[in-house]
Amino acid sequence: MQEHDTSWVRTEMALAQQAPAGVRGPLAWVRKNLVGSVGDVILTVLAIALVVMIVPPIINWAFISAQWVGPDRTVCATAAQGGIQPDGWSGACWAFVNAKFGQLMLGRYPIEERWRPILVAILFVVLLVPLLIPRVPRKGLNAILLFLVLPIVAFVLLVGGMFGLPHVETQLWGGLLVTLSLSFVGIAVSLPMGIVLALGRRSKMPIVKTLCVIFIEFVRGIPLITVLFFASVMLPLFLPAGVSFDKYLRALIGVSLFAAAYMAEVIRGGLQAIPKGQYEGADSLGLGYWQKMTLIVLPQALKLVIPGIVNTFIGMFKDTSLVIIISMFDLLGVVKQNFADANWATPQTARSGLIFAAFVFWLFCFGMSRYSMYTERRLDTGHKR
Amino acid sequence: MASQEVIREEPSRGSFINDPKVRGIFFQAVVVILLVAGVWWIVHNVIENLQRLHIASGFGFLKNRAGFDIPVRPIAYTSDSTYGDAIIVGLINTLIVAGAGIITATIIGFVVGIGRLSRNWLIRKICTVYVEVFRNIPPLLVIFFWYSGVLAVLPAPRDSFNLPFGSFLNQRGFYFPRAIWGEGSWLIFVALLVGIAMAWFVARTARQRQMATGQQFPVLWTSLALIVGLPLLAYALSGFPLSFDFPKQSTFNLTGGFQIGPEFLSLYLALSFYTASFIAEIVRAGILGVSKGQTEAAGALGLRPGSILRLVVVPQAMRIVIPPLTSQYLNLTKNSSLAIAIGYPDLTAIAGTVLNQTGQAVEGVLIMMVVYLIISLVTSAVMNVVNARMALVER
Repeated sequence: MQEHDTSWVRTEMALAQQAPAGVRGPLAWVRKNLVGSVGDVILTVLAIALVVMIVPPIINWAFISAQWVGPDRTVCATAAQGGIQPDGWSGACWAFVNAKFGQLMLGRYPIEERWRPILVAILFVVLLVPLLIPRVPRKGLNAILLFLVLPIVAFVLLVGGMFGLPHVETQLWGGLLVTLSLSFVGIAVSLPMGIVLALGRRSKMPIVKTLCVIFIEFVRGIPLITVLFFASVMLPLFLPAGVSFDKYLRALIGVSLFAAAYMAEVIRGGLQAIPKGQYEGADSLGLGYWQKMTLIVLPQALKLVIPGIVNTFIGMFKDTSLVIIISMFDLLGVVKQNFADANWATPQTARSGLIFAAFVFWLFCFGMSRYSMYTERRLDTGHKR
Repeated sequence: MASQEVIREEPSRGSFINDPKVRGIFFQAVVVILLVAGVWWIVHNVIENLQRLHIASGFGFLKNRAGFDIPVRPIAYTSDSTYGDAIIVGLINTLIVAGAGIITATIIGFVVGIGRLSRNWLIRKICTVYVEVFRNIPPLLVIFFWYSGVLAVLPAPRDSFNLPFGSFLNQRGFYFPRAIWGEGSWLIFVALLVGIAMAWFVARTARQRQMATGQQFPVLWTSLALIVGLPLLAYALSGFPLSFDFPKQSTFNLTGGFQIGPEFLSLYLALSFYTASFIAEIVRAGILGVSKGQTEAAGALGLRPGSILRLVVVPQAMRIVIPPLTSQYLNLTKNSSLAIAIGYPDLTAIAGTVLNQTGQAVEGVLIMMVVYLIISLVTSAVMNVVNARMALVER
């Protein structure tokens, strides 16, 4: 009946039009992000001034004027300081890092035995990388190899004294070897210990709970240096006369105890975030305490606190540098030790060595934090508030 | 009550081995026995070792002559002072560097944290780079960097850098004019205190008046005028008693003025820069934690951007910020013990020296631990009070 309908309905979508010229393109980006207002303009100018003041000198120092190879201090010293560089020269002395590279990595580990730590490092990387890539199968076997078999193999290889390998005292260990081995063992020890402490702190048994609270709060209230002091000067007094243990082991105990207390607090946060219904559900299924914890509560709690756990790992990795106080030489310690080398004493040596060490530390810590962010995203099952 | 007790004490159906209560008691008994045995064993060993090594025990050594000098001493101390005095000097040094570090770290941290949220791309990136660099480097390395990498290679005192206000910078530290308070300068301090008290009073009255009538009062300018103006007035009235002792260059060294050694400088700078990167992240998380609706609602009420920040966003962000900020302050205080690595005489360094001289390791380590525990507890207590005042008052 009604033949002519006045309304008109489009049958296909209107073509998308480009955004107006004022809000796209690099110019609009600059307007929005750099010169949005008077205040922004001032800030941008200040920031550019800051960048111009800082970045070119750093690039110049670290790359353009830097000396990469050389036999001794002369390549890194100006003529007035007894070197070959023109007066007023200032550049990084990577030649120093280059010359001391073996020491920085392995300390005073005997040269002819250095294949052993290198082999351990290769094994470590070979086992760690597949564990970190989610798509690679056989995670269980991989983890067992990394956390149970590798430590034994590494111990045999690094310490020696059996299977025809000459014994290498831990006093000769140094550099990145000490940093990495201390933090690997510290991580492997402090995580389970932290879990036990956290469970103990939330236990219903008053004595266990009090002991855990005292331990955690006590350790968290004191600096790591005092813990290391404790481990190096008090621990020997605690043992019967004649029994003594290695300085390396003592540092290991100190670092692990310290990290465990922090780990316990992180994990406790995760345990508290699990709704009560999960505990009660597990109880009503008839699960015992350890079944309830390992099957229901801990998997959820640990997942929640991955960032905190990794932060504790990073903190511990950085803290291993403190073993220098009880005269062990980790990466930073070896760098510092080599400042005293008269063969390389120039005004640039300290800076270059420290910046190299900082770069190595930074790589590891930054890598860990990025990987934890990635894991967090991957494991995020959407239950987060 | 009685009937409930009866029900609870009914024997459980299973074997008593499976009763969680019995198990709990048994387990705790085992723990206690192990602990007591362990402690007894340790005490026994310690006593035996001390006797074998002929080391005295007890805290009597604190009254003995120390015999070592401390280069940085805020209170009177000579090598004839006692070990106890030395440890107090160390404690004060720790508190000074921790206090200065906390203030600087907070300022840098807040600036960088807010900068990471700036609309300005360049500022945002610079702040991000700062945070990512300093967060991932050990603090000890930063200390060494300032000490060996920057301050140690500054020119010798002869060619010091001249800085404004008659200060100098060279490899022996930072020199600046020392203020000499003349006759009658106590009036200035009194005026300052009076100014602060009056400013506080004005702020309170103004708030009450605004609550009652809605009228506003320029509190900020009045307080500034009171706090700055009154001491200036007192300064003028008492006949300009303040003078300065400027550092002067002589052949080999600078004389006069006030010197801050490179040990303190590098420790202070490193701790501030390192902790600031963590504080920046905390501040950023705090501001992001305030939902956007709050800002928009405040805008809809007609508040200006400045007022929105001051009255709506910051008070709510502070609630999120303060607990982690407290633990950063504690971390900074504990990290100040790294002083020992560059020879700044803080508590750990001096207690370590005392420990080496007397051989009384147990007492030395105990003193260190207890003092740090007390500092931690006091800081936590203070920050808890601040936190309670800031916390959401729920009806």
